[in-house]
Amino acid sequence: MAQRTPLYQHHLDAGAKMVDFHGWDMPLNYGSQIEEHHAVRQNVGMFDVSHMTIVDVTGPEAKAYLRRLLANDVAKLQMPGKALYTAMLNETGGVIDDLIVYFFNEESYRLVVNSATRDKDLAWMEAQSGEFDVAITERTEFAMLAVQGPQAPATVAKLLTSEQQAEVAAMKPFVGLQMDDLFIATTGYTGEAGYEIIIPADVVGRIWNQLIELGVKPCGLGARDTLRLEAGMNLYGQDMDESVSPLSSNMAWSVAFEPADRDFIGRSALEAEKAAGTHKLVGLVMQEKGVLRAGLKVVVEGGEGVITSGTFSPTLGYSIALARVPQPAGETAEVEMRKKMVTVKVVKPSFVRNGKAVVTL
Amino acid sequence: MSNVPTELKYAASHEWIRDEGDGIYTVGITEHAQELLGDMVFVDLPEVGDNVSAGDDVAVAESVKAASDIYAPIAGEIVAVNEELEDSPELVNSDPYGDGWLFKIKADDETEVGGLLDAEGYAASIEED
Repeated sequence: MAQRTPLYQHHLDAGAKMVDFHGWDMPLNYGSQIEEHHAVRQNVGMFDVSHMTIVDVTGPEAKAYLRRLLANDVAKLQMPGKALYTAMLNETGGVIDDLIVYFFNEESYRLVVNSATRDKDLAWMEAQSGEFDVAITERTEFAMLAVQGPQAPATVAKLLTSEQQAEVAAMKPFVGLQMDDLFIATTGYTGEAGYEIIIPADVVGRIWNQLIELGVKPCGLGARDTLRLEAGMNLYGQDMDESVSPLSSNMAWSVAFEPADRDFIGRSALEAEKAAGTHKLVGLVMQEKGVLRAGLKVVVEGGEGVITSGTFSPTLGYSIALARVPQPAGETAEVEMRKKMVTVKVVKPSFVRNGKAVVTL
Repeated sequence: MSNVPTELKYAASHEWIRDEGDGIYTVGITEHAQELLGDMVFVDLPEVGDNVSAGDDVAVAESVKAASDIYAPIAGEIVAVNEELEDSPELVNSDPYGDGWLFKIKADDETEVGGLLDAEGYAASIEED
C-alpha cells in the first residue's frame, strides 16, 4: 500500500484527486490544476510536501563530510539558517539527487532531498560517510507545507507572534529559522514569494486548517509541475538523473569549483566534461496551438536533442519546455509535433517569475 | 462515479452523441473522459463541411496531461463546431454534456447510431478500466 502523509484525510476532505507518486498517495489536483496554478501566481496556495525526505547531518566532521559529498560548497554558509541548492554527484559526475542544505553550525546541517530518491540517497550518504565522524538521521516525525504566492508572507504572518513576524519579514531568500513548532524557510519551487515550512506531524493538520480558513488554496502535484516549469526549475528524474551532469542540466551555477583543492565527489569527471564541452539545458517556447511534451525530439544548430519537460504554461497561454541539446543551441529549434515539424524559439530556461513573464519573444 | 446521462449514446472511445432531430447529432466527450484528461488547454475541431467516416480521428483534445484524438462516432457531414472552445476550452471540463460540446454531424445513415453503447453499456465499459 502507498504511504500517506499526515494530511491524507485533509486532502480527501478538500476534494483531492489522489495519485500514486513514487509510492506515496498524493493529491494531483483538487478540481482544476490551472485554477490552482493561478492561485499561486496571483494570490496564495499551499502544497503538502511531507513526502520529501529530511535528513540531519551532525557531528564533529559534518562540514568536512558535506564538502566531500556535495557539488556546492557548504563552507559558503556562515550565517545560521542560511541554505544553498546543490547536486549530490556520483564519481562520474552524474546527478544522484538535487537538494537544499541548511546550515545551523559547523557540526549541524539539515538536508531536504527528493522522496523518489530517498532510499538510494540514504544508502549513498551512509556509504560515503566512511571515515567521517558524522551521524545521518532521517527526520520522519516532520511534515512539510509549501505556502507560495504573492500573498504568502502576509498570510503566514497571521500564524505568528508579532516578534516572529518581524524576524520572518527580515529573512533573506534561502534562509530557514526555527519559530516554536515551525521551521520556516524562504525557499520554494514556484518562482513566487513564499515559504517551505517543516512542521511536526501532529501539528500540521491544525496549521493546514488555519491556512484554509485564511483563504489559502490547496494545490496538487499538477500545479506544482506547471509552476516549477514556468520558473525554469528542474525536476529530478525528468530533467536530470544519474546519466547526466549538472553542467548539462542548467546547474553549473550550483557547482563550486573554487577552492580548487576541495575534492568533492564527481569533481574530476566534471572538469573533464567542462574541457570537452557539454550539452546544454535550454528553454523552448511555442506560440502555435499545441503542447510540447517530454520525450519529443528537438533539432537545433548543434544537432539533435530531446525535450525533458514540457507543458502548457497557464500564465503565458502557450507551451513551454526544457530541452537538452548539443551546442550551439542557436535561436530556434525544430520539434516534431503530431506528424509535422514546428519551429520553436530557444530561450533561457526561465519563463515566469513573481507573476510576470520573463521570457523575451 | 461519473455522470452518464441515460438519454445519450456512447462510443467506447468516450464520445457521447445526442439526437437533435432531422438526422443531426451533437458530439462531445464524456465526463469520465474529461476527468481522465484533466484541464483542457486546446481543442482542435474539424472544419464545417468535412465528410467523415465512423472511427475517423476528427478532433484533438489537448489537456495539461496529454493530447487525445477524438473519433467520429458515426459517418456524416460536420455541420457545426463549437467555436466557444477556441477561447474557453475549459467548458469541456466544466460542462462536458452541455456547453462543452464539440461538433454537430449530419448522419449519412442513422441506423449506425443503434450500434453505439447505451448509458448502461458505457458505464459498464468504464467500470472495467
